[in-house]
Amino acid sequence: MWALKDKYAIVGTGYTDYSKNSGTTVLNLATEACLNAANDAGLAPEEIDGLVSFQLNDSVPATSVAAAMGVPAVRYAVDIAGGGNAANLVILSAIAAIEAGLAKNVLCYRAMNGRSGFRLGGGREMQAHGITQFTAPFGWITYPQAMAMWCRRHMIKYGTTTDQLGTIAVTFRDNAALNPRAMQREPITLDDYRAARPIVDPFRMLDICLESDGACAVLVTSAERAKDLRHKPVYVMGGAYGGGANQGDDLFDCLRWADHSENYAAYIAADLWAGAGVGPEDVDVAEIYDCFTYSVVAQLEGLGFCQPGEGPDFVQGGRIARDGALPLNTHGGLLSEAYIHGLNHVVEAVDQLRGDAGPRQIPDAEIALTTAGAMTCGSALVLRR
Amino acid sequence: MYNKPLPVPDADTEPFWTGCREGRLLVQCCTACEAKRLPPERFCPHCHSVDSSWQAVSGRGTVYSWIVVRHPVPGDVYGGDVPYVVALIDLAEGVRIASNIIDCDPDAVAADMAVQVTFDPVTETVTLPKFRPV
Repeated sequence: MWALKDKYAIVGTGYTDYSKNSGTTVLNLATEACLNAANDAGLAPEEIDGLVSFQLNDSVPATSVAAAMGVPAVRYAVDIAGGGNAANLVILSAIAAIEAGLAKNVLCYRAMNGRSGFRLGGGREMQAHGITQFTAPFGWITYPQAMAMWCRRHMIKYGTTTDQLGTIAVTFRDNAALNPRAMQREPITLDDYRAARPIVDPFRMLDICLESDGACAVLVTSAERAKDLRHKPVYVMGGAYGGGANQGDDLFDCLRWADHSENYAAYIAADLWAGAGVGPEDVDVAEIYDCFTYSVVAQLEGLGFCQPGEGPDFVQGGRIARDGALPLNTHGGLLSEAYIHGLNHVVEAVDQLRGDAGPRQIPDAEIALTTAGAMTCGSALVLRR
Repeated sequence: MYNKPLPVPDADTEPFWTGCREGRLLVQCCTACEAKRLPPERFCPHCHSVDSSWQAVSGRGTVYSWIVVRHPVPGDVYGGDVPYVVALIDLAEGVRIASNIIDCDPDAVAADMAVQVTFDPVTETVTLPKFRPV
């Protein structure tokens, strides 16, 4: 279990514009976000000695970014093969590297031209190898199609409705309206949600996250080093990565997953809260991985904010709004800010804990939760100011 | 010409696809611990034995979960097929398989609906197991 409570901190964040067409290379996006994060922390690129990223063959290696930044001596460079499940794992990996003495100041980034370049939802592969022999030939190909199967199982088991999911989409858009980074800022109503184009039942267009070009980065260092940098540190209270048996490759390798009405969150909750020394009731603001509306439900249930099956009711009645008991995805999330694969959730949590979130600031936010992942595996962090 | 994704059988999966071509739905069965498994793989996930046999199953099952694809991806490949149903089906013998529900109004598919395998020879070399209501 995690044993490094409050010993490491996020001291800088950086990001590019989030758009449908960046007009530049993924390397340039990554470099811009990383330089911004170093500058935000007040650290020169010469002091960066580690980089960690995650990607699905759609990005640039950590060593390339280090070279583009002019980092003189890279001592730790890791590219994790992963999607949203890895967006908090990169930070845990950075901490592990520093704890081991491999590096001192480590940048974690995600960069992609996810709309104008390689689109994760594309589904162009006509040769079904490996596990996809048993999925793709039946026209079960894209992420929305994958996640809809899990959502339906929750509906079968608990009676969850699409209107209940609509509350999540509407609330997050309301937050995005106050976020200058957000790609979608036009408020929507539940009627707009109901009228959205059906994509794959039970999902409509507004259940599904954006596709984005862009990059963001966070800088991780020791609590000791963090003391005299530009901003007040955001401390990592706890973190966990994992999932249940038969995790497979997360997307479609889920045929032997035990119960598709629950996801990875149910399996990491105990480690996460025990390591952080706090519980769900202590969280002031949570940035939950929302590749789809439904994934929010599964994670709230799995992490113990409510019981299995109670998530769809839990998110009603304003509870997850900015002035509610548990504000969620104050930046608009993957649904309305941008799809930077969940690392943008960490950027927002840091904004909130520093008090830098402007009109969307949650007053006196002290403890934030970030999560990353939607299906068989994922990661989460508990952060504090 | 058939333009949808086709399985590329490998050392572990070739018997499954051969079975489909012969009109038999086969699941892998561990020789050591007798656990059935699908999709096929070399090592038994329960006892790690590499010894296994193939058993023909009834092809009867029930719908565990399902989706109705309404927006085709890629559009030029599935445009003529939407709406279509993909389901996770619990076979009577205790393993789960993904497939299509055919010969059924997509809006009529329901949880626990009883289905039966049928074989669709989509090319000269590939036959896909699909399911219809019974």
